[in-house]
Amino acid sequence: MDVISIRDMEKKDIEGILDSAEAIHAGRKKPGISGKVLATLFFEASTRTKLSFQSAALRSGMEFIDFLPETSSLKKGESFEDTVKTVEGYADALVIRHPREGSARLAADILGKPVINGGDGGNQHPTQTLIDLYSIRKNKGRIKGLNVTLFGDLKHARTMRSLAYALGMFEAKVTLVSPQGLEMDQSYVKELEERFNLQVSVKTEPEFSEADVLYVCRIQQERFADPLEAKRVTERFMIRKADLKGAKDDLVILHPLPKINEIENSIDSMKQAKYFEQAHNGVPVRQAVLEYALSR
Amino acid sequence: MQVDKIEMGTVIDHIKAGKAAKVMKLLEIGENYPHRVAILINVPSKMMKTKDIVKIEGKAVSEEGANIIALVSPGASINLIRNSKIEKKFTVALPKEVNGLGHCANPNCITAEGAKTRFKMEGDGRYRCHFCERRSNAEELV
Repeated sequence: MDVISIRDMEKKDIEGILDSAEAIHAGRKKPGISGKVLATLFFEASTRTKLSFQSAALRSGMEFIDFLPETSSLKKGESFEDTVKTVEGYADALVIRHPREGSARLAADILGKPVINGGDGGNQHPTQTLIDLYSIRKNKGRIKGLNVTLFGDLKHARTMRSLAYALGMFEAKVTLVSPQGLEMDQSYVKELEERFNLQVSVKTEPEFSEADVLYVCRIQQERFADPLEAKRVTERFMIRKADLKGAKDDLVILHPLPKINEIENSIDSMKQAKYFEQAHNGVPVRQAVLEYALSR
Repeated sequence: MQVDKIEMGTVIDHIKAGKAAKVMKLLEIGENYPHRVAILINVPSKMMKTKDIVKIEGKAVSEEGANIIALVSPGASINLIRNSKIEKKFTVALPKEVNGLGHCANPNCITAEGAKTRFKMEGDGRYRCHFCERRSNAEELV
């Protein structure tokens, strides 16, 4: 079974993966995938996705082989298609990250082995979304009915689009807070409202009093033509302790990481800050994903 | 302006003015096509003010094949001619799927590197790229 896009998955599949991850995390379950080989093919940089997939494989009794683009035949001009077709013969499943959108889908179309999308450009990062859902459910006990604020660059961040879709599926309420020009695509928001009857509110200022979950992502300064405007916006969209004064005591703050300067460092030690825990959740969730991909 | 009737082939009428060349491209009729082809541009029309017409000798365009014309000119009508008479007439409709034609409007889509394009129409009439999931209007594909 391929894991390419959150759009391909049904709610019951996602719930199955989250339940499985919970059992693995609690030590109640060992995924039945030992002895298999995972290939990790990251055509662009990664810390958390790559290492947590490799850790997930090892903790599940699998082996992994790692493709390094800088020392591979890509340097000789080998195509993406030929590369993945070759690696398919060396492994039982492939995790692929590639800067081109649709690359993981293309690999899945031409390969017989399971392909897991580790991020395809600005399009999808389904296992990050599963980690986000897992982290919300683990901390709040549910997803349905929660007020989730998505904060930052909602135009370019792939994690935000996938998460908004999944939150619609799980009947959460979503508040979108972004600088002007970095709003989530209106037609996408409309699609979510129509498909899931998702309640969406839009704000332009940091205000979190109603939020149960605050999901932050980086404002990418390189997206602005004017460097002064970029500096002004990133400063205004930096979360400081003072911004959280009116927030709920049991607010959960998440971030896909890496964070640069969008969250004041002093927030890291607050009990609401759950983003490092979220990154660590990547291992049991990806163990569950590997089992899902390899056992169907 | 006088153009001969064709005995066997296809007449594509009610093409949006200025879109005849794109229609020819979609039907892959180029310089190596062995029969006569007439292209009429900016023909006066009561309904459309001006329209284009393409007459293709020796080629019967299938209904499925003709529907791709709707990407550039919805409302174009197809007349299949046999023995100098109209054998079948229909109006093109947007195809449910578009495969191997056009291009994804997303410049970062993997199809920009040569992968064969695949689009599926959604409920609102827009097309979603099979690969990058970007949604586009019909005219953006061609």
